[in-house]
Amino acid sequence: MTLRLKSLSSIALTAALTLAGSLTAAQPYDPGATDKEIKIGNIEPYSGPASAYASYGKAQAAWFNKINDEGGINGRKINFISLDDGYSPPKTLEQARKLVEQDKVLFLFATLGTPTNSAIQKYMNQKKVPQLFVQTGASKWGDPKNFPWTMGWQTNYFSEGKVFAQAILDNQPNAKIAVIYQNDDFGKDYLAGLEAGLGDKKNMIIARETYEVTDPTVDSQMVKLKSTGADVLMNLSTPKFAAQIIKKVAELGWKPVHYLCQVSSSPGATLVPAGLDNSVGIITTGFFKDPSDPQWKDDKAMLEYQAWFKKYLPNADPLDTYYLQGMLNAQTLEHVLRQAGNNLTRENIMKQAASIKDLQLPLLLPGINVQTGPDDFYPIERLQLAKFNGKEWVLYGKIYGN
Amino acid sequence: MDSLLQQISAGLANGGIYAAIGLALVMIHQSTHHINFAQGEMATFSTFIAWALIQQGVPYWIAFVITVVVSFVIGVLIQRIFLKPVEKAPVLTNVIVFIGLLVIFNSVAGWIFDYTIKSFPSPFPLEGMFLPKYFSGHQIGSIAVTLVVLLAVFSFFRFTPLGLAMRAAAFNPESARLVGIKVSWMLALGWGMAALIGAVAGMMIAPVVFLDPNMMAGILLYGFAAALLGGIDNPWGAVLGGVILGVLENLLGAYVIGSDLKLTMALVLIVTILIFRPYGLFGKPIFSRV
Amino acid sequence: MQITSKKLAYPLGLVLLILLPFVVEDFRVSQFSQVLIYAIAILGLNILTGFGGQISLGHGAFYAVGAYTSAILITQFDMSPYLTLPIAGLVCLVMGVLMGFPALRLAGHYLALATFALAIATPQLLKHKAIEKWTGGVQGLILDKPQSPFKLSLFGTELSEDRWLYLVILLIAILLFWLARNLLNGRIGRAIVAVRDQPVAAAALGVNLTVLKTATFGVSAAYTGIAGALSALAVSFVAPDSFPSFLSISLLVGTVVGGLGSIYGAIFGALFIQFVPNIADQLSKSAPWAVYGAILLAFAYAAPNGVMGIFKKITKRR
Repeated sequence: MTLRLKSLSSIALTAALTLAGSLTAAQPYDPGATDKEIKIGNIEPYSGPASAYASYGKAQAAWFNKINDEGGINGRKINFISLDDGYSPPKTLEQARKLVEQDKVLFLFATLGTPTNSAIQKYMNQKKVPQLFVQTGASKWGDPKNFPWTMGWQTNYFSEGKVFAQAILDNQPNAKIAVIYQNDDFGKDYLAGLEAGLGDKKNMIIARETYEVTDPTVDSQMVKLKSTGADVLMNLSTPKFAAQIIKKVAELGWKPVHYLCQVSSSPGATLVPAGLDNSVGIITTGFFKDPSDPQWKDDKAMLEYQAWFKKYLPNADPLDTYYLQGMLNAQTLEHVLRQAGNNLTRENIMKQAASIKDLQLPLLLPGINVQTGPDDFYPIERLQLAKFNGKEWVLYGKIYGN
Repeated sequence: MDSLLQQISAGLANGGIYAAIGLALVMIHQSTHHINFAQGEMATFSTFIAWALIQQGVPYWIAFVITVVVSFVIGVLIQRIFLKPVEKAPVLTNVIVFIGLLVIFNSVAGWIFDYTIKSFPSPFPLEGMFLPKYFSGHQIGSIAVTLVVLLAVFSFFRFTPLGLAMRAAAFNPESARLVGIKVSWMLALGWGMAALIGAVAGMMIAPVVFLDPNMMAGILLYGFAAALLGGIDNPWGAVLGGVILGVLENLLGAYVIGSDLKLTMALVLIVTILIFRPYGLFGKPIFSRV
Repeated sequence: MQITSKKLAYPLGLVLLILLPFVVEDFRVSQFSQVLIYAIAILGLNILTGFGGQISLGHGAFYAVGAYTSAILITQFDMSPYLTLPIAGLVCLVMGVLMGFPALRLAGHYLALATFALAIATPQLLKHKAIEKWTGGVQGLILDKPQSPFKLSLFGTELSEDRWLYLVILLIAILLFWLARNLLNGRIGRAIVAVRDQPVAAAALGVNLTVLKTATFGVSAAYTGIAGALSALAVSFVAPDSFPSFLSISLLVGTVVGGLGSIYGAIFGALFIQFVPNIADQLSKSAPWAVYGAILLAFAYAAPNGVMGIFKKITKRR
């Protein structure tokens, strides 16, 4: 490779760039954005043990299809490229690199899972590509000082744990608490929040049991917890195990005050299999309206949601709340993209994402909004308590969070 | 004391689950000398078929029978279509065919039936007919079903000419052919029966752990362990192995080591037992000529 | 005539492999690095299973231990990433030998179960709070990618960290493959195969079964452990979720697809497990693993002795 050849090619390159630049000089674009489309990357566990969560991505694809059918955003269609990582962090990195370096997407959106997002966080920030609205409740995603290109979305598990702690201190101040939690970042984050919320009353927790997602049943752990004589149960598990736990508690004839984490609070996905009668009195937190909850059956936003669902997700299970949450996230992004207008640089996208002012999405619970700022990378922080009456969740109490 | 008994009874119930899958693995091994890693996923798929029928309004026991028959046919077809081409291939090539079937069944089940958990009905009464404080009706019922299957498998192989023919076909296909046994069809029959047992196991397990495409992911290992613990060719061993595994795992987790090392401990235990009894607790060693 | 073409093929192939990263983009280079890593891991498994006849459904455990050894040494003890590689190999060698002892008593399905148990138990062990201080628990450990010590440009492409790492991995792979070839083509290799096919006769002829079998396990584990350590550098991240039981199964699939008892088959096996899932993903969004399973089945029928089996058939006909 001679010097002459090298300089010739770089002259040619410069000329080409200048020409191209002059044609699009009006619009500031980063790779992935053109006059006609916005290319977005997404990674879901379409295969493997976490495949249930892929519903988020499917809902997002369906929402963007609707937007495209209606003309797109500011005249641009959304090109949503979603890849599978099987919930394996090395694969997530490979897919992220493919999306950023090969497909040249503008940013990554709603990538799912905690270890998976952890694997790509450094890469995304090094490359200065937004890792936006990551689809997990882990508390670590709101750190703009160290990771300015990464932002979470939903109310995180740590905050939810703190809300439960508050509720217990308010209502059962002399409780003996038993905790069952999933032995991974999800469960541990909740427990950490609970302990932080209890503060120096941490020793109200008299028993802790864990389970693995590969455990067939959690009967043994529940028998052990009952034998401790606890009168409050913290159920920090995913839907399948939450249902088993609720059922087992009833079978054991144990009647603690039963707190259930938001992730597993869907009547359709958890309480119906567990037995609605067994679920009476269970307390949870929520931030959105559940489609299987009878109290929203005439709600205008819910009816619109169901119409959209029927059209764009015809073979999907309408009781699966991951679809609704995925859609809410997509709506949040839609807002950000509309705000960005024609300035589609990565920097502007992050800037718009970090300046969401009191966004009211109609399927969020009344009083709960989306809000961010340059120091606040937690879009949704509010939660409300609800108690199950055998048919539906009855909201009560105040709204927690900022 | 009460919670100790609860732990033991929970262990027995779990053990029944492991034993059920273990029996399917014993069946497949006795008839083909292979262990089918896809057995769990096939059982899940069968259970989904039953679920779909029940959703359409078919009464439980009719759905049960239809599922069992359909599963048998699927098992036979799988052997005829997918296993026949590799009958003469090395063992590990067969293993990757099992793996291929495993991922196909799992993937297709997820595609057709979705990943949300579904409840599956139990045909047994809610309250236990026996020791109701420690066992639910379903647990007693499924233990009974497991024992019935066990007796059926045992008597089939021990007392019927067909069972003998199948064992011969697995042990020594060439000699079996020489005495007129249609070896290929024996293998197919074995697959069909294993699929049948798997379907029964799935329908007994689903009411407890809830039905979803990954239902058997954790259980297959335990079923495998139960079958091997008892001696891979011994149906009694599989059931006993399952029970020992279930009870020991619970007791270890509750009183010795804590639930975050329960799985590891159970597996260490199995490996330890196998070191001292390499053919399982009740298995017979296989001698080979030099 | 054949000897000359073979003598030419190796150096030519080497040159091509070295130049390869400079004609493709960074992302592809990282994929090729992963192929090399899998090839080393699969070669390790093949030593045990293909040559040694001892089935292992648990090699993911050695991969994980190698990865974590490297990651812990780098993040907690500030060690140079290159130095961690032989240490990871050594740790896994010891672990493999220890596993080899109970394996002496087990065969066939029983060994499969025991090794599978190891694969499943490994993530749980890695998460345990007793060692959380070093392993980072469920959150795992984040590493820096090793940087190239000098600047270089070929064909107008710079020596990026991806390309540098690829070359490092290539060098190690060549070394390990060369070592394996010498080992397995010589007396020890014959002894290993003899123990696989006719253990009683081998013992009668003076082969120390215990030493040979446990050593085979150890070397096999060491190879896969080094692959794991390299993967920690390539991905720059380790977590318990990075090493699910399916990884062990994938390594076995790669071994069989490449060809049991062949050394270079590992490369084809690695290409299979790296790229076929991607291809399947493109062919079907809703059931990609069904496509993978179908491709796997087709492979088993078309090439029951693996890719190398096909090559042997072709070269035999000549």
